[in-house]
Amino acid sequence: MVFEQLRSNDRAQIVLGLLTGIVFGFLLQKGGVTEYSVIIGQLLLTDFTVIQVMLSAVIVGMIGVYAMKGAGLARLHCRMGSVGATVIGGLIFGAGFAILGYCPGTAAGAVGSGAMDAAIGMVGIAIGAGIFAHLYPYLSRSVLNRGTFPAETIPELVGVRPWIVVIVIAILIAGFLYMLTILGF
Amino acid sequence: MTEWFMMASWSPYIVGAGIGVLIWTSFLFSDRPLGCSTAYAKTAGMVESAISQKKSEKMPYYQKFTPKVDWQWMLIIGVVIGAFLSAYLSGTFTLLIVPPLFAASFGTDPIIRSAVALLGGILMGIGARWAGGCTSGHGMSGTLQLSVASWVAAICFFAGGILIAGLIYGFSFI
Repeated sequence: MVFEQLRSNDRAQIVLGLLTGIVFGFLLQKGGVTEYSVIIGQLLLTDFTVIQVMLSAVIVGMIGVYAMKGAGLARLHCRMGSVGATVIGGLIFGAGFAILGYCPGTAAGAVGSGAMDAAIGMVGIAIGAGIFAHLYPYLSRSVLNRGTFPAETIPELVGVRPWIVVIVIAILIAGFLYMLTILGF
Repeated sequence: MTEWFMMASWSPYIVGAGIGVLIWTSFLFSDRPLGCSTAYAKTAGMVESAISQKKSEKMPYYQKFTPKVDWQWMLIIGVVIGAFLSAYLSGTFTLLIVPPLFAASFGTDPIIRSAVALLGGILMGIGARWAGGCTSGHGMSGTLQLSVASWVAAICFFAGGILIAGLIYGFSFI
């Protein structure tokens, strides 16, 4: 593949990571999702900016990634989840999300916008990741593999062609976003 | 064009579509999804290996996520720079420690907000690595690949977040 050389070039990837981050940070800040009040507003269901940004990204990203996959230009990177890892971890993350008021990406964006509480939050996230790294050998033996999900992807789970799921999810997301505008968000 | 870059905010749909396109480029040029929480695990690993390289090298988690500066680590540095550029160009850059919404309920003491942010961050760091991703890695990059784990994770992020935010600030829908 044309891109294999670029993908395995460590130096080029460091530059690409930085450039990708700059564009990502710029977009997050312009979207307002680097603000504490916008994220908390989403969790209080009074402001739907976070969901609007995320779901628009999912529609556009999904169609493009599946098109590139079809053309042999991209491969999927899905991992198997489980109740013990995904549900428990997700709920702990959610609690942190509400208490911090930023997520790992938007915290970095908030720091760039001048929010120094987000910098303390970033230190906290790194400490939390370190704590998890220490707990990992114990957790992987006890909870992380409990209740493994039956499939990696939704098309595998329901047993239909991926494109059908792509189209159905795109329609559902578009409908949900339309409903939000009707409700005045 | 320049006026556009100087605007204080863009439509969330434009921003989301832009992030979607950015995810195409990361799949195409880097063969990876766009995710932010791995960089924090790598940072923790770098700090630990600076303290004791022998100990950190033996930890299975840091064998899985090698603590080094790479695409994912530079991504976070880029996000800080990109957000700064956006805020600076639009004149909205404001240094603060206590966000106004937090101050209205819990006061303007920076120590209280710092302690809460640190605690929230620690929980988030544990949860992100426990679930194997964050709001970007699972919430956008994973869900758009139609990953079952990512959809479940994203629902749990918001379920946990809505519950705890409601307990902190009061549920708006009750």
